[in-house]
Amino acid sequence: MTTDIKSIYLDNNATTRCDPRVVEEMLPFFSEQFGNPSSIHSFGSQVGAKVREARAQVAALLGAEHDSEIVFTSGGTESDNAAILSALDLAPERREIITTAVEHPAILSLCDYLKKHKDYTIHIIPVDKQGRLDVAAYKAALSDRVAIASIMYANNETGTLFPVEGLAEMAKPYGILFHTDAVQAVGKVALDLKNSDIDMLSLSGHKLHAPKGIGALYLKRGTRFRPLIRGGHQERERRAGTENTTGIIGLGKACELALSYMEHENTEVARLRDKLEQGIISQVSHAFVTGDVRNRLPNTTNIAFEYIEGEAILLFLNRMGIAASSGSACTSGSLEPSHVLRAMQIPFTAAHSATRFSLSRETTEDEIDYVISHVPAIISRLRALSPYWDGDKPRADAFQPDYA
Amino acid sequence: MWNYTDKVKDYFFDPKNAGVIDNPDGVGEVGSISCGDALRLMIKVDPETMVITDAKFQTFGCGSAIASSSALTELVIGKTIDEAKKITNQDIADFLGGLPPEKMHCSVMGHEALLAAIANYTGEELAEDDHEEGALLCKCFGIDEGMVERAVRGNKLTSLEQLTAYTKAGGACKTCHEKLEEKLAEVNAEMVTEGMLTSAEAFTLGGAKPVAKAAPLIQISPLAAEAKKAQPVKPGMTNLQKIMIIQQAIEELRPHLQADGGDVELVDVDGDSVFVHLKGACSGCQMSSITLQGVQGALMEKLGRPVRVIPADARRLMDA
Repeated sequence: MTTDIKSIYLDNNATTRCDPRVVEEMLPFFSEQFGNPSSIHSFGSQVGAKVREARAQVAALLGAEHDSEIVFTSGGTESDNAAILSALDLAPERREIITTAVEHPAILSLCDYLKKHKDYTIHIIPVDKQGRLDVAAYKAALSDRVAIASIMYANNETGTLFPVEGLAEMAKPYGILFHTDAVQAVGKVALDLKNSDIDMLSLSGHKLHAPKGIGALYLKRGTRFRPLIRGGHQERERRAGTENTTGIIGLGKACELALSYMEHENTEVARLRDKLEQGIISQVSHAFVTGDVRNRLPNTTNIAFEYIEGEAILLFLNRMGIAASSGSACTSGSLEPSHVLRAMQIPFTAAHSATRFSLSRETTEDEIDYVISHVPAIISRLRALSPYWDGDKPRADAFQPDYA
Repeated sequence: MWNYTDKVKDYFFDPKNAGVIDNPDGVGEVGSISCGDALRLMIKVDPETMVITDAKFQTFGCGSAIASSSALTELVIGKTIDEAKKITNQDIADFLGGLPPEKMHCSVMGHEALLAAIANYTGEELAEDDHEEGALLCKCFGIDEGMVERAVRGNKLTSLEQLTAYTKAGGACKTCHEKLEEKLAEVNAEMVTEGMLTSAEAFTLGGAKPVAKAAPLIQISPLAAEAKKAQPVKPGMTNLQKIMIIQQAIEELRPHLQADGGDVELVDVDGDSVFVHLKGACSGCQMSSITLQGVQGALMEKLGRPVRVIPADARRLMDA
């Protein structure tokens, strides 16, 4: 191994680096134009205009018809909670919710709570071994008893895309509100919400090179809404609380940049991702890519290395200056393999080792070459320690442990 | 990233004694690929001296699992079988300068593998174990659904406080309380169906009953029965009577603590403050505050009045 320690960030689905151009855009609004946009005086005179500009930038990235369809929130989790709880509030007679087995905890924990404590029926739509949604099961769950269907746009762990446009259309005849957690998709997938049946969409700033603590909920015009947070008149009384003006301005700039990089993301970033994936798979045996490889985010690959464990891989990668993740960062500290991989029935021999590399527009060819050259040695080293591995293949006699 | 000590990192990145012993005298295999960690420990034993002359390991697991396995081999080499039997999982954690609480199960796995390897060598049968049954509910103490269910059923537990007292589950970070309550309600409901409990006694979610009384925080259940037998002492007792009752209660508790490798000793009594000295596994262990609570609970049962149990070394700080 070379001693040339680099610093390579391939964990962009967890969070991204705030773009310096975003920071630059935000800075004056911390200390110069710090006024409250609701105030009359000059300290906030430019703030209101800048917030309006940001709203338009976000709307443009989403392909929304009206700027007023954008409600700024604290992030993806708040947007998700606001969308679902509003839908339930508006249709008290509808006691069912449709979602999927591979959603982010922001959706699944909330649904679990609603099931246990508010007596809602939750239809959790399964996925197949490639992580593709069981559309027949979704169709079967649709009825006028359902208040909201919340289906993620792209999976954070595998990058697998769900056909949300079509799913939204299918929900329409039943009067079901359709929400999508698009935290991973916004900025990587071209969106055209004005021509879709999606009623609500969540996005998070820090996944697209904006700061943490800012996000938005898209609310199609005409969609009824009940606010999650009540108080002042901000955001047209849909989200009270003094605006996070710097965050909003940063998010606006980040959305503008994301739109300009959309093609790069789907060509150059996708090419580097494919190179990384092939570079690793071609050198390492008993390794495979999880998820729907023909239909996924351009920046994500999730590779399972059988017979070793993910944290050990991450520790070695980290020592080589490479940042990746195992399962979802949100599930770290949990002792179970990620719920996404379990829902996909990834065998246990591989689920514990699934390693996600998520690139961004900042990833370079040199970085990818460096990772390709270092991963095989790390895998061999850990397999040499594994009781399930023997030389260059899995152990023939199955390891049959008994508990002491 | 976990807050691993440098020693854990050293033993992970450059593990000692990794590999296979050809024709080992004892092999211990624990864990499974589905649990996320598994360990095979191989030992060589000199039949004359019963000294473990070599030990090697193979581990499937996270950084601390590999480090714990390697630490275990370092600890056992050169020890006799009898000495090795006395090694605890805490010894493994201590050797590594400590493990994050979420990773203590790695040291437990090492300890289990050692017991298995020794049993394999000596030909002893191992007692049935309760490891990993159902989902892990309490991460701090590694308490799974199976253990909670057994404790609830075996002792007719109907409150979270009792559950903590009998299993330690939920006794540290408290983040698992919701899950524990759900499991408790589920098992209680089954017990009502089976006629083991009346529905009035059963714990239900959202219906915590204030009447449920916390059992002493010591894991062995007969203690509660004994404590109940003791008559509450009349308020007018003399100081000497009080001290004698406290001394007697502590003597009754000691065998339980000694079973876990610890001990407790009465130092002084001042009003309602009881000063004790914790020894062995109890002192400095993350459980010591819980042990103190257990002693305190038992004393309050016997005395029939509130007392505070305080570690004697904390008194110096109070007096200062």
